Amino acid sequence: MAASPAYGEEKGGSSSLGEPEYGHDPASGGIFASDYKRHDDLKEMLDSNKDSLKLEAMKRIVAMIARGKNASDLFPAVVKNVACKNIEVKKLVYVYLVRYAEEQQDLALLSISTFQRGLKDPNQLIRASALRVLSSIRVPIIVPIMMLAIKEAASDMSPYVRKTAAHAIPKLYSLDSDQKDQLIEVIEKLLADKTTLVAGSVVMAFEEVCPERIDLIHKNYRKLCNLLIDVEEWGQVVIINMLTRYARTQFLSPNQNESLLEESAEKAFYGSEEEDTKDAKAEAASLAKRKPYVMDPDHRLLLRNTKPLLQSRNAAVVMAVAQLYFHLAPKAEVGVIAKALVRLLRSHSEVQYVVLQNVATMSIKRRGMFEPYLKSFYIRSTDPTQIKILKLEVLTNLANETNISTILREFQTYIRSMDKDFVAATIQAIGRCATNIGKVRDTCLNGLVQLLSNRDELVVAESVVVIKKLLQMQPAQHSEIIKHMAKLTDNIQVPMARASILWLIGEYCEHVPKIAPDVLRKMAKSFTNEEDIVKLQVINLAAKLYLTNSKQSKLLTQYVLNLAKYDQNYDIRDRARFIRQLIVPTEKSGALNKYAKKLFLAQKPAPILESSFKDRDHFQLGSLSHLLNAKAVGYQELPDWPDEAPDPSVRNVEVPEWTKCTSREKRKDKVEKPFYSDSEGESGPTESADSEPESDSEESGSSSSSGTSSSSSEEEDEEEEEGGSEEQSEDKEGEEEEEEKRKKKKEKGGPRKASPRSVGSEEEEEAEGKKVKKAAGPQGKKGHAESSSEEASASESSSSGSDSGTEAPTVVEAKRRKVIPSSKAGPKEISLLDLDDFTPPPPQPVPSSSIISTSLVTDLEGLTLTDTSLAPALLSPAFGAVRTYELLHRMAGEGLSVEYCFSRRPFPGDPHMVAVQIQISNNTDAEVKSLRVSEPKLLAGMRIQEFPEIESLAPGDTASVVMGIDFCDSTQAANFQLCTHTRHFYVSIQPPVGELMAPVFMSENEFRKEQEHLARRGEGKLTGMSEITEKLTLPEKCRSDHAIVQQVTSAANVGRVPCGADNEYRFAAKTVTSGSLVLITLEWREGAAAQLTVNSEKMVIGTMLVKDIIQALAQ
Amino acid sequence: MCFQQKMIHSLFLINCSGDIFLEKHWKSVVSQSVCDYFFEAQEKAIDVENVPPVISTPHHYLISIYRDKIFFVSVIQTEVPPLFVIEFLHRVADTFQDYFGECSETAIKDNVVIVYELLEEMLDNGFPLATESNILKELIKPPTILRSVVNSITGSSNVGDTLPTGQLSNIPWRRAGVKYTNNEAYFDVIEEIDAIIDKSGSTVFAEIQGVIDSCIKLSGMPDLSLSFMNPRLLDDVSFHPCIRFKRWESERVLSFIPPDGNFRLISYRVSSQNLVAIPVYVKHLISFKENSSSGRFDVTIGPKQNMGKTVEGVVMTVHMPKAVLNMNLTATQGSYTFDPVTKVLAWDVGKITPQKLPNLKGIVNLQSGAPKPEENPSLNIQFKIQQLAISGLKVNRLDMYGEKYKPFKGVKYITKAGKFQVRT
Repeated sequence: MAASPAYGEEKGGSSSLGEPEYGHDPASGGIFASDYKRHDDLKEMLDSNKDSLKLEAMKRIVAMIARGKNASDLFPAVVKNVACKNIEVKKLVYVYLVRYAEEQQDLALLSISTFQRGLKDPNQLIRASALRVLSSIRVPIIVPIMMLAIKEAASDMSPYVRKTAAHAIPKLYSLDSDQKDQLIEVIEKLLADKTTLVAGSVVMAFEEVCPERIDLIHKNYRKLCNLLIDVEEWGQVVIINMLTRYARTQFLSPNQNESLLEESAEKAFYGSEEEDTKDAKAEAASLAKRKPYVMDPDHRLLLRNTKPLLQSRNAAVVMAVAQLYFHLAPKAEVGVIAKALVRLLRSHSEVQYVVLQNVATMSIKRRGMFEPYLKSFYIRSTDPTQIKILKLEVLTNLANETNISTILREFQTYIRSMDKDFVAATIQAIGRCATNIGKVRDTCLNGLVQLLSNRDELVVAESVVVIKKLLQMQPAQHSEIIKHMAKLTDNIQVPMARASILWLIGEYCEHVPKIAPDVLRKMAKSFTNEEDIVKLQVINLAAKLYLTNSKQSKLLTQYVLNLAKYDQNYDIRDRARFIRQLIVPTEKSGALNKYAKKLFLAQKPAPILESSFKDRDHFQLGSLSHLLNAKAVGYQELPDWPDEAPDPSVRNVEVPEWTKCTSREKRKDKVEKPFYSDSEGESGPTESADSEPESDSEESGSSSSSGTSSSSSEEEDEEEEEGGSEEQSEDKEGEEEEEEKRKKKKEKGGPRKASPRSVGSEEEEEAEGKKVKKAAGPQGKKGHAESSSEEASASESSSSGSDSGTEAPTVVEAKRRKVIPSSKAGPKEISLLDLDDFTPPPPQPVPSSSIISTSLVTDLEGLTLTDTSLAPALLSPAFGAVRTYELLHRMAGEGLSVEYCFSRRPFPGDPHMVAVQIQISNNTDAEVKSLRVSEPKLLAGMRIQEFPEIESLAPGDTASVVMGIDFCDSTQAANFQLCTHTRHFYVSIQPPVGELMAPVFMSENEFRKEQEHLARRGEGKLTGMSEITEKLTLPEKCRSDHAIVQQVTSAANVGRVPCGADNEYRFAAKTVTSGSLVLITLEWREGAAAQLTVNSEKMVIGTMLVKDIIQALAQ
Repeated sequence: MCFQQKMIHSLFLINCSGDIFLEKHWKSVVSQSVCDYFFEAQEKAIDVENVPPVISTPHHYLISIYRDKIFFVSVIQTEVPPLFVIEFLHRVADTFQDYFGECSETAIKDNVVIVYELLEEMLDNGFPLATESNILKELIKPPTILRSVVNSITGSSNVGDTLPTGQLSNIPWRRAGVKYTNNEAYFDVIEEIDAIIDKSGSTVFAEIQGVIDSCIKLSGMPDLSLSFMNPRLLDDVSFHPCIRFKRWESERVLSFIPPDGNFRLISYRVSSQNLVAIPVYVKHLISFKENSSSGRFDVTIGPKQNMGKTVEGVVMTVHMPKAVLNMNLTATQGSYTFDPVTKVLAWDVGKITPQKLPNLKGIVNLQSGAPKPEENPSLNIQFKIQQLAISGLKVNRLDMYGEKYKPFKGVKYITKAGKFQVRT
């Protein structure tokens, strides 16, 4: 509301000046005078000062345009109203302008300045609409102005204006394709945009301007996948189609190993030859040798993130996802799309038409997918014919030995339909079923023969044609049918059917030796009245009979040939002449005559009846080209899978892992709002992406490989196959390394945070992440309120913060560059050591990275903003194998089983609480309602944050919730009741001591300092109060670095501290409630001997921890 | 290459008699003559339903839909997913329906300026821009009688003077600042039975398709969650974009900030394992005598498993074979009409009471000399059952968060016949 007066005012000034000027323009008056007479009244109205008159005039003009009448002669009168105050008049002027600017280019230029002014308006909507109209005016002279406007708008702080800029790109491109390079730059920039509003539009621009520049997508691939669900529906379609093409160039076929098997299996299914099975065996053997296929996590990401869109209300989106799955998913997973496609069959008939076409193509390749929905393709008498025929096609494709009887029964109903085109199609379908499924061939043939006595000629004719094809397969057994058909020549008038019968009799005249000459006799009689195709077949029949039975048919043949000789059709005359030469021996005919029999009576292969949809899938499904079965203009070929996967690391975005981590944590308390959190994009969608735990490991895996070369990442993949545990720990190492990086960056980013608005989005997120982590209890507890306010601030900053957007990325980039080479340096050093044949260093980058980090950390110590070493920042925990404990056994819980584990993530509401993840499964066969925690019985000081009540849990379902418990740094159990709507269960959670702490990052120096500090304090009182030392022997399998690290971190939630010495391992943590430090040192001496030292103010915790760690290591 | 122009290029609206009564071009103008290809295809097709939705012409592709006796023919120049265009055209028709109460030629002609303004906002350069009805209504106010009177006197306009903030928000389907004195939320659970019953009365195919249509008039930004007693019944669901998918996945609760006004919340299919109760049965005897120009027609409809509810609104339509000249029938209940041109018999039965089953019986007059019809016509049945969702789906509760007032809530269940066909 506030914006509109400003809009009007600004333009108002110019219009009042401009109006009189144009009104008296002699040029316009003179040149267009004659034209003006036609619309004199309109012109006067437009010139008047009253808005209502102008509006009336414009409405009439628009109505003229709508009816397709030419209103171009009013251009000068209209264009000057472009700056009119009245919004509706202005809008209609825009409509007019866009329509006629091309024809009146010079005059159109007069309006440009108005739009240029609009581009600078403080209101984003006015800027956008100015750009929209400006870019819609197809006047080549203004190309530079458009280019400039687009470039400016592309870095506008309003996402809506950026979206408009994306829309303007193809418009400019169609006006002047020379701008392509510059436009690609803009596209590249907009592709990096993180808002959902822009994503769809820019991909659309990409597809129109530079679909071949697939390389621009790499860096944005994961973001696009993650944003997808929140993009508006039209944008989703464009993005999904583009990503399908992208995935085909970047990933390996998930079916590469199966494809061979599949083919041979199908062959074996139909063919009876044994060779096929042999082939299959050989192939299977060769397959076994091949290396197993591992799907690229990015490939998986795409499949996972598109799947929910099958539930869209928009048929185009559903179809887009369906084609994506068809072209990209492993065979076993494609099935999910069937249900959604079948749903679309309830939609408008045009939608049905397109969907059925696609289903028809799919059902050939993947018959099993649609088999459960067979009945959904049954035909109603009220369906339009084109739909009926498509459904019939699908039914025929789905027919197999098991369902053929039901399908044939259904076909029987169809044959009696009043819609004759449909009946004809049904008969053809029966023919196809008969050829494909040997079992029912005779049944079908009998059925078709019965149809020969049908009253309707079309039905009979169609049956004849189909029977002819079927008989060709095994003619000998069916001379009865041939005889029967011979009789039909008296009645059937449809030329195609007559021709078919004649061909059949000619071909198999030996089976019907008595009838054939008689038929020829009849046909000779009516020869002159026959249609051309029938005549040709009569000649054919005559020739064949002459060769086999010349005694009876010689004269007849000559008679027919004579008739043909004088036929009006030259084809027939030619044929007659040709055949006469062939079969009637004369002196001139010579050698060919001998071979006449071979020529005419050769075995002819039976025709193969196959679907017209076969092999249509080489067109991308859902495309126009697929529908037309011809390449449409501008169709982008769907590439074949590559043999070797291109380097997957190109998609790694150099966003430090912690952004993901923090957002993941953030999601924990925002699960409710994934749909809305996306105004800024970065947070929401990333969340929806890695919500499943498996993705975590995938992502950390790929990110850890990002530093190293691609070849090493491949190695890793192989390792993944071989040894699960090894790989897992490696992942962890990677993550730890990542964490260190994070830490460093935090420290670096620290000072800049003084002016938060000037920082790029990533840092914003970091800030947010910190907010969550450090959020004090009272603020955090508000769950909903807090997250929504956070969103508000995010969207706010989006509009205000992006002013500096251009500068921010470079800052981040610079930071990244600093860090990345350093992490790369680690592995290199190792390889050098390797070459020098020194003591074989452990394969993990841990020691090396710690060297770097220590030095870096000391370097950066001056910059640290964190509250010095006394309050080291809490780290996101390293995830070991999470151990689950039982809270309620299935028997005790009467079917309700509850397990819990310590997720080791900070509890969102309260930093002093330990997060306990609870998994409740309902094994009863009734719904469990209102699951909640009640009546906690706790020791003094302990607190519980209950999980939100679960309203209902359906039988067989599992729910997972998080609750927080403040254990007060003791291992006392927390007792409470778990209530359902009917029962109460007493349960208790007792934490292992290792879960009462959270990892802490510190440098080696800090660690030493703290250790000394603790030891000294102990001296003051009693030695041994804060230090516990225990000797132990390491078992065989625990004598490697990562085994030790893994065992310790699984026993306690501690963070690793870098250490210079080779045989020493250090870990640090802080108790959750009181925040007192726990320092662990493990010295590995010769052989199996080792010494464990734990420093902690809390003696009880220290002693228990020592016990636990020793137990873990001894396992 | 240089003139790659995608998506929708032009739109023509054509009525049944073949007049182009509206055209709109988003890029350069395409001559009306392109529609000749469409007319050609239309002639070839026997009836309007059989005009292929996609037609290829030498320079363009035509993608069309048929809605309410109007063909929406769009001109396309390059590859585009056909469903994309079809879905969009239907959205356009829906918008007209929404704005003018009907999507007819007269309504469009009467409101041609609004239509033009709408089309201008819905497509930019042939690519969909604003299709959400809430955004459009902010931009362009729908016409009402009062407003058009006021407008003609004061000269004010239909174009909203507010700017479409909805387009910028992350809940584009809801406009800001909604206010009602009575806050109400109504949900209609409408289930349709699709079925094919064969000659002998056994069910060849049956399934239940349902929708939940909502009419929500709530002030502010309410956040609703709707839960079901038995959500597992829902097999395949498609959602309005407002629904939070994750929440449904994990808890089977529909959680959403609703659009303002009427909208379709979800549509669903009931899982096929559940047997579908067919509420009516049909006894029929239709026969045509050989060599005589008459036949018999005798149909009785009765309730089957009515679950204590009455079956009402029963209508039977039959497409009789071409050879049928006329029908002489008597109905024990309701009234029947037979159109000798289209050969459609319609019998409006009304309510079925099990005490007295409605019956329609009589003589069919056939064209003399014509062969007897090969097939008996199939019977299409419509009916309605109030206060019943045939699948047994039940809404458990509706909760509202985010606003303080207490809304009035209501749920209504209706079962209808969908594509319900009895083969005879």
